[in-house]
Amino acid sequence: MAKSLFQKVWDAHSVRKLANGQTQLLIGTHLIHEVTSPQAFGMLRDLGLKVAFPHRTFATVDHIVPTDQFAEPYADPLAQAMMDELRKNCADYGVTFFDRASGKQGIVHIVGPEQGITQPGTTIACGDSHTSTHGAFGAIAFGIGTSQVRDVLATQTMALGALKVRRIEVNGKLRAGVYAKDVILHIIRMLGVNGGTGFAYEYAGSTFDNFTMEERMTVCNMSIEGGARVGYVNPDETTFAYLKGRPYSPKGAEWDAAVERWKSFASDPGAAYDDVVKIDAADIAPTVTWGINPGQGISITENIPSPETATSADDKAGIIEALEYMKLPAGAPIKGTKINVAFLGSCTNGRLSDFQEVAKYIKGRKVAPGIKAIAVPGSQIVALQCEKLGLDKVLTEAGFEWRAAGCSMCLAMNPDKLIGDQLCASSSNRNFKGRQGSTTGRTILMSPVMVAAAAVTGEVSDAREVFHVANN
Amino acid sequence: MALAKITSVTGRAVNVPGNDIDTDRIIPARFMKCVTFDGLGEFLFYDVRKDTTTGKDTNHPLNDPRFKGATILLSGANFGCGSSREHAPQAIAKYGFKAIIAENFAEIFFGNSTTLGMPCVTASREDIARIAAAVEANPQTEVVIDLEKLEVRFAGQSVKIAQRESARDALVNGRWDAIGELIDGLPEVRKTAASLPYMAA
Repeated sequence: MAKSLFQKVWDAHSVRKLANGQTQLLIGTHLIHEVTSPQAFGMLRDLGLKVAFPHRTFATVDHIVPTDQFAEPYADPLAQAMMDELRKNCADYGVTFFDRASGKQGIVHIVGPEQGITQPGTTIACGDSHTSTHGAFGAIAFGIGTSQVRDVLATQTMALGALKVRRIEVNGKLRAGVYAKDVILHIIRMLGVNGGTGFAYEYAGSTFDNFTMEERMTVCNMSIEGGARVGYVNPDETTFAYLKGRPYSPKGAEWDAAVERWKSFASDPGAAYDDVVKIDAADIAPTVTWGINPGQGISITENIPSPETATSADDKAGIIEALEYMKLPAGAPIKGTKINVAFLGSCTNGRLSDFQEVAKYIKGRKVAPGIKAIAVPGSQIVALQCEKLGLDKVLTEAGFEWRAAGCSMCLAMNPDKLIGDQLCASSSNRNFKGRQGSTTGRTILMSPVMVAAAAVTGEVSDAREVFHVANN
Repeated sequence: MALAKITSVTGRAVNVPGNDIDTDRIIPARFMKCVTFDGLGEFLFYDVRKDTTTGKDTNHPLNDPRFKGATILLSGANFGCGSSREHAPQAIAKYGFKAIIAENFAEIFFGNSTTLGMPCVTASREDIARIAAAVEANPQTEVVIDLEKLEVRFAGQSVKIAQRESARDALVNGRWDAIGELIDGLPEVRKTAASLPYMAA
C-alpha cells in the first residue's frame, strides 16, 4: 500500500502499543539545550535512572547565551547557573555538548543540520517547539515538554498518538522579493494558528522541490505556529547534497547505502492524505504580521484589518485585542509603520543564505538614524561562513551590530530585549505579546530582506521598492 | 510508581476568557531562567496580572479575591499554543490548578499537561459560558469534572465534555505518566534500535 513518509518513519520507529492505545515510539536523535533539560536530568536523578543511549543525545546552548559577551561567568547569574547545569549534566551522563569552546555552538535547530546529525527517515525530538525545523530533511521531528525529555533520556522513546497528515502543495515560481518566510506566513494566515492541530504537514510541490535546504528549514520551522507539531519535506537530491561530507553524515560505502535507505522513506506516489491543500506560488506576496499571533498576517500592500471587516465575533475580538496591543490604526496601510528595532536572526532565519541575501541588497545602504539594528548568526559556523565572505563587514558598515550566535531577541531570555513599547521588524517566528522581552514590546514578523528594508527606511517597507528588486 | 487514578476533579473554578492564550502569556520566558520547576506558580500569567507601569495588580480574574483557591481553569480556543515549554502547565499546576476546561488545546500543551496528571477537557463555547456564568454568580459553586461520564456538573446543571481517549484512559487508569511503561519496554526498544543503522554506537 502506498504510504506517506510520516507513516513509513512512524512504522520503522514503533516499538509497541501502550496500554492507553498510544505508541511507544523510538526517538533516534535527541537534541537538548539549557532551558528545558535541567529539570529532566533532575527527574532522572530522583528516579535513579541512566541515559539509555547517550550517543544519541546532543546538546548545545542557545536560549540564554549573551550575544555580546563570550567569556564566562555571564553577567546574569541565572544564565550562568543554567550553563553550568547543562555542562555538568552532559559530563555526568556522557552526552556530546557543542559548547562555545567547540566552535560548533549555536541554535539547536541550526546545529543539528549543519553537523549532519539531522538525517532523513529518522525521528528527532527536542524540548523546543521549533524542532519541526528538522523535518526539512524528511525526518519526523517533535517539539516536546520536559517530562518527555526525561522519557527520551531514560528510554530513547516517548508515548505518542499518530498524527493525521495534510499535504500542502505549493506549485510554481515565487515572485521576485518573495521568500520561504513569506510562504510559511502565507500558509499560516490561510489555515490559521490552530489549523494544523493534530496534523503533520507534508510540504510538497515544485516550489519546495526547487527550494534549498535552508529555505525548506525556514518553512518547516514555523509549522508549529500553524498548530502542526510536525512539518516535513520529502528527501531528494538537494537533501543528500546538503548532507554529504558533514561531520555526522555516513561516509564511504555507508553513504551510498544510507542514500538508498533515505530515498525509500519518501512518500509514495498515490499515498493517502487526510487533507490536501494547494497553493499557487504566484499568489504569495511579501507578508508581514500586524497582530499578536503569526496567523495575523497581510501582504505588504494590504491595509491593517479593522474590526468592521471581521468575519466572525471571534475574529472581531481578536482584531480589537491585537490592534490595541500593537497600537496600530485600523484600516491604515501597514507600509509606513515606524519601527524602532530591526532583528536579523533566529532558528527561522539565522542561516548563511539569510545573511547573504540581506548583504546583497544592503551593501552601500545605511540603517536609518535612531534604529537599533542587530544581526545574530544562528551558529558559530554560520558566523564564520559569513565572516569569510565579508558579510559581517557589509552589515556593520550599513549600521547593524554583528553579534555572537544564539537565540537573541527572538525570545529574550538573554540580554537582547525590546524596551518599553518598541516596535521590532523581526525575522523571528513569534509575535506574541511580550515575546521579545518587554511586556509592551511589539513585533512584526517578516523575511530577512524585509527586515533590512525596514532598517534602511525606519519603517515597515516593501523591500521590492526599497531595493529595486527586479521582477523576473 | 503507582499513580493516582484521576477519575474526577472537584473544586471551584475561575474563567480566564480568550482564544489563543499562548505559553509566553502563561509563563513569560524570563521566568524560565531556572533549573527546577519550583516557584513557577507565582509567575503564572504574570504580565497580564501586573500593570506594566505601576506594578500593581490588574483586574485579571486570577487577581479577583472571589476566585482565590479555584482549582479548575476555564478558557477559550487553542489554549496553550506556542512554545513546548512544560513550564506553562507546571506553572498552572504549581499555582494550584488541577484541571482545565477549554474549547480546545494546542497539541504539545495538551500532552505536557496530561503527563502531569492535570486533565485538559474540551467543551463547547456555550457550555463553558454556562459554567462561567454560574461561577460568576456564585464563586463558591462546586464544579465536578467527571472523566468517566465525560460531563461537568455544577449548580444543578450538567454539560458534556470530551477528551482524547488515550489521555482519558491514561488518567482514569493511573498511567498518565508513561515513564514506568516506557522503561518496561526497554528490551523491545533495543531491538527496534538495532534495526536502524543510524542508531549504531
